[in-house]
Amino acid sequence: TPLTPPLPSVERAPVVGAGDQNLFTSIYPTLSQQLPREPMEWRRSYGRAPKMIHLESNFVQFKEELLPKEGNKALLTFPFLHIYWTECCDTEVYKATVKDDLTKWQNVLKAHSSVDWLIVVVENDAKKKNKTNILPRTSIVDKIRNDFCNKQSDRCVVLNDPLKDSSRTQESWNAFLTKLRTLLLMSFTKNLGKFEDDMRTLREKRTEPGWSFCEYFMVQEELAFVFEMLQQFEDALVQYDELDALFSQYVVNFGAGDGANWLTFFCQPVKSWNGLTLRKPIDMEKRELIQRQEATLLDLRSYLFARQCTLLLFLQRPWEVAQRALELLHSCVQELKLLEVSVPPGALDCWVFLSCLEVLQRIEGCCDRAQIDSNIAHTVGLWSYATEKLKSLGYLCGLVSEKGPNSEDLNRTVDLLAGLGAERPETANTAQSPYKKLKEALSSVEAFEKHYLDLSHATIEMYTSIGRIRSAKFVGKDLAEFYMKKKSPQKAETYLQGALKNYLAEGWALPITHTRKQLAECQKHLGQIENYLQTSSLLASDHHLTEEERKYFCQEILNFASEQTDSPGHKVVLPMHSFAHLRDLRFTPSNAVVHVGGVLSVEITVCSQMPVPVHMDQIAISVHFSIEKNSYRKTAEWLTKHKTSNGIINFPMETSPFPASQNSLPALELYEMFERSPSDNSLNTTGIICKNVHMLLRRQESSTALDTPSGVALDDGAPVLKCCGVTLEPGANTITFRTQAKEPGTYTLRQLCASAGPVCFVLPHLYPLAQYDVYSQEPQLHVEPLADSLLAGIPQKVKFTVTTGHYTVKNGDSLQLSNVEAMLILCHAENKAVIYSNTREKASDASLRVQSSDKVTSISLPAAPAYHMIEFELEVLSLPSAPAAGGEGESTMLGMTEAQRKPKDTQKADHCMATTDHKVSIECPWSIYSTVIALTFSVPFRTTHAVLSAGTRKYIQVCVQNLSELDFRLSDSDLVDTGDSTDLQLLPLNTKSQQHICSRQSVFFVWELTWTREPPPSLRGRFSMEFRPASEERLSISLKPYTYEFQVENFFTLYTVKAEILPPAGTELCRTGSLCALEVSITRLSDLLEVDRDEALTESDEYFSTKLMYEVVDNSSNWAVCGKSSGVISMPVVAQATHRVHMEVMPLFAGYLPLPDVRLFKYLPHHSAHSSQLDADSWIENDSLSVDKHVDDQLDSSSIKSRGSVHSAASSEHKGLPMPRLQALPPGQVFNSSTGMQILVIPSKDDHVLEVSVT
Amino acid sequence: MFLCLRILAKEYPYKPRSVPTENELKFHYMVHTSLDVVDEKISAMGKALVDQRELYLGLLYPTEDYKVYGYVTNSKVKFVMVVDSSNIALFDNEIHSMFQKL
Repeated sequence: TPLTPPLPSVERAPVVGAGDQNLFTSIYPTLSQQLPREPMEWRRSYGRAPKMIHLESNFVQFKEELLPKEGNKALLTFPFLHIYWTECCDTEVYKATVKDDLTKWQNVLKAHSSVDWLIVVVENDAKKKNKTNILPRTSIVDKIRNDFCNKQSDRCVVLNDPLKDSSRTQESWNAFLTKLRTLLLMSFTKNLGKFEDDMRTLREKRTEPGWSFCEYFMVQEELAFVFEMLQQFEDALVQYDELDALFSQYVVNFGAGDGANWLTFFCQPVKSWNGLTLRKPIDMEKRELIQRQEATLLDLRSYLFARQCTLLLFLQRPWEVAQRALELLHSCVQELKLLEVSVPPGALDCWVFLSCLEVLQRIEGCCDRAQIDSNIAHTVGLWSYATEKLKSLGYLCGLVSEKGPNSEDLNRTVDLLAGLGAERPETANTAQSPYKKLKEALSSVEAFEKHYLDLSHATIEMYTSIGRIRSAKFVGKDLAEFYMKKKSPQKAETYLQGALKNYLAEGWALPITHTRKQLAECQKHLGQIENYLQTSSLLASDHHLTEEERKYFCQEILNFASEQTDSPGHKVVLPMHSFAHLRDLRFTPSNAVVHVGGVLSVEITVCSQMPVPVHMDQIAISVHFSIEKNSYRKTAEWLTKHKTSNGIINFPMETSPFPASQNSLPALELYEMFERSPSDNSLNTTGIICKNVHMLLRRQESSTALDTPSGVALDDGAPVLKCCGVTLEPGANTITFRTQAKEPGTYTLRQLCASAGPVCFVLPHLYPLAQYDVYSQEPQLHVEPLADSLLAGIPQKVKFTVTTGHYTVKNGDSLQLSNVEAMLILCHAENKAVIYSNTREKASDASLRVQSSDKVTSISLPAAPAYHMIEFELEVLSLPSAPAAGGEGESTMLGMTEAQRKPKDTQKADHCMATTDHKVSIECPWSIYSTVIALTFSVPFRTTHAVLSAGTRKYIQVCVQNLSELDFRLSDSDLVDTGDSTDLQLLPLNTKSQQHICSRQSVFFVWELTWTREPPPSLRGRFSMEFRPASEERLSISLKPYTYEFQVENFFTLYTVKAEILPPAGTELCRTGSLCALEVSITRLSDLLEVDRDEALTESDEYFSTKLMYEVVDNSSNWAVCGKSSGVISMPVVAQATHRVHMEVMPLFAGYLPLPDVRLFKYLPHHSAHSSQLDADSWIENDSLSVDKHVDDQLDSSSIKSRGSVHSAASSEHKGLPMPRLQALPPGQVFNSSTGMQILVIPSKDDHVLEVSVT
Repeated sequence: MFLCLRILAKEYPYKPRSVPTENELKFHYMVHTSLDVVDEKISAMGKALVDQRELYLGLLYPTEDYKVYGYVTNSKVKFVMVVDSSNIALFDNEIHSMFQKL
């Protein structure tokens, strides 16, 4: 809603009319209505922006007195334009009267040097018609122009039939009005400019003695009036603001010692303090005071502000009024101080209070509710200021005290009321006028209370509604003070708590302290003992208070504690944090683990925040006991392993006095958690634990409710650690609790409670968690090897650990070990045992007696107390049992490469040592059951054997491989034939001396095998050797030799095979791509032997022969075998019978090529089925596909096909059919003399036409 | 020049430094209350705040005896200065430059 339309507080600029008064009267209504209708552009001096203004004028009749005299400063009454009105259309009349009149008028104007004039000739057609001697219309105008407007013909205008409703009339009016406006504006511009210049000149003189601010004020205000008249409120306001600033500057200068003498007038004592008056546009009363130079500072300021207020309201800026009002009130107070004006006490408070309300009411008067509500931010300052002032008036006039005002107060009140004077007439009828309010408020204690509470509540509500909570709390605190004075502490408490909460939340130390102090008083009055004691404890520890104050509050607590001892049972529970701070906690033993019956001490450091030593009856820590479900976790082993802390727990300083802000929650404390199985240490559970969940997940409100002791719950009835009669000195105190562990389990320290009389200071939670564990343990025996693994055959050390647990080992207690045959317990003359305490500290040494009988070895234990450990070592020896003899021992032809052995077997046995387990049963004194301990011994050696051939000569090779980490010394190696063949002899080819065998290395032993008669089909050998660890020069006992048994069969050489490749005829060397001859000769070395008697042997005429199949294979693809590569031959079983085979081969590569392999098989006839010794595997391995084909070539096709189907499993119909079979000759029976031979092949001359044909 | 200056960062509410110690409590209350206006002004500026390097908040809280001025850096550190009202000659730009010197 717009403001009320501007009231014509200022008269309009006068336009003075002369001439025909009746005519003017008839025209005036139209004129005054039409003039302001069209705006005119007003171009202004000094580069000010042009403005569009509507001109309004006050038309007055010409009188000579109206004309301003020389030096007149009045602008408001200045005649801006003179208009002469005439209706004359008769030359005669003109000559007779009008001309004279005009001349006289002009002369007067000239005499006053007034140049702004206009002559209006109104023509009236009706009038003209009546006249007979009518001259042309223009003649009169011309005459006038001629006579008066010598160069300014535009100063005479014609208005046609102004009262008619015709277009001609309209046109004429428009032209006239335009002219009028232009001239009026010209006059304004000119006269205003002149006025402003004069005014400036006057202002420049302000330093001259005798210059009067009031005079100048009147001049500039004149200008303001003119602008206001022109509805240029902004410009008008500028005039007042300039005056305001000028005055303020003078006051400041005065304060700086540069006083203007006119200012002293404003320094007269304040006698009236009736506040601002804003309800009249112009307070003429005050204006006159200023004009008469009788205004006081407050009068001047009041008038000035009232004018500014009026203009601001015209400008629809009510909120600026509020803001300026506050500034004005503040600065007035300051200015009066600065000018050292004497002001009766309370006078200014009255003035400010009245002014605040006046401004607020003025604003409310021109705005609606919604506007006001949405602009509280602008007005609330005034409300608050008014409240403040009323409060101080209340205190001043004794209206707040309990007893009511005394006579002095009443006198003061009377004086104050006198200064208000009588109520102004404009508010006399307003019920809630500021004047009435103040008067009423000062009239009685009750009325004051009502008004003050109304104002305070309104202010608090307003602050709260716009979110200025802090300000609201601050007003609330004033209110609380008021209530305290009125002895209504219960009302005060709410406000104090509210404010305190706010300060606490934002961490304002001084206000917290101050408010707490007030709150303490309030709580004391209310009899809230717990709250009071708690606040007292907070204050006693508050470093912002003086030592005396702190002591006072501390004493309050102590007094209460000592007074109330007669009424037991009732306890006052207070939080600990304000009283003392738990700094750290130290367990002894440091791992906080103690066995049943052991003594644990807890030492805490408490920093007392009290200013004086405080004697506490008792300090107690309540303990929560829980039985761990996982019993493993309670063993000493686990506890000592997992609790590695140094026993000191530091408690962070509680942030209680300043919880800096709500959102500063502690950081997450996350820990990894692994739980392993007790038996094999494998991972059972893993996870992440948040250790401070209770800090993070608690409700927000509860964290701020620091002042409510109800939040502290006392752990009643829980077991406690106690310390009685402790005096806490200010600062750090150390208190030690001792306890003897009883039941096994986990004990968590929960609460710390310091009590004096009925007062308990409780720390409700100890965080970080402080726990100690009590355990009970069964006695245990552990036996474990000292090294990684035990080796068989040599003495090894085994560690025995007896964990006594709750059992006390007495003298005479012994361990009874049942003896195992293959394992000896080596008894030494002296055995030592060491006794350790529970914390692995060595307690004592003791000797150990070991007695062995046939069945039992008895170890007498030294006496040891409970929860100790006895450790000792024993040497044991596992007798090396002979490993299972390798009947399948491999016989290898001399020169045969390792790669040709079966790779699977060798790899498998390479790294693993053979093991033997020995179980020992031990009887322990604490148990009726015996403990069985398994000890695993590894055999350090792996032994293999081989038969090597050189023609018919045979050698036995034994390879001993050391698999262990130790080095050994070997000696006395021996190989004996355990079979019954007497004519066999084994000649050692080995050194007699000791041999050193390093870890992971092998030693070979070789014997030549000789015989005198027919060689036996098999040999049973037993290898044995002495060994001892290389590191030990002497052993106390003799060790058993290491043995290895094996058997070899069919080792006698029956055939030698010799292959030879010859270059093509006529050349010296083989060439790639050219055919060479391969000569194979197979020679029988012996006559018929037992081993030959098999199915292949045919007899005819005492002549024996056997069937052999040969095969040439080149696995390395160096050779292409041309033609047949295999064949069956009939071999006479006679010594030196030789069979030669000729074949053609072609080298594929150049270089020294090894010869192709020639293999020999026994070819068993088909009638001897079902007894095949040739297993499919070896058959496939030995036979290659190419061989198959060659065999196919040579043999009759049907038989070879059926043979092939055996391994290809193509059909089952051949099963059972007679078929020839191949049987590999045992490697010892064939000696290939050309193994390892190589032949030089040179590249062919024209490689590029190398053609390989393979049939 | 100034009677009390308080620097307020979110994390570290500095202790106000004030010249006459007997009025310390009063200043604390005053500065605290003026924060209402600081908050109001900052929230009124809203996003414009982000773009500006610094912010002079102007007169926050005039009282009869003191004037409270505010200043906020772009890191949201608030400066609140209490000036004696009798220093009428102190103009805004002077206060501004005082803040900038800080």
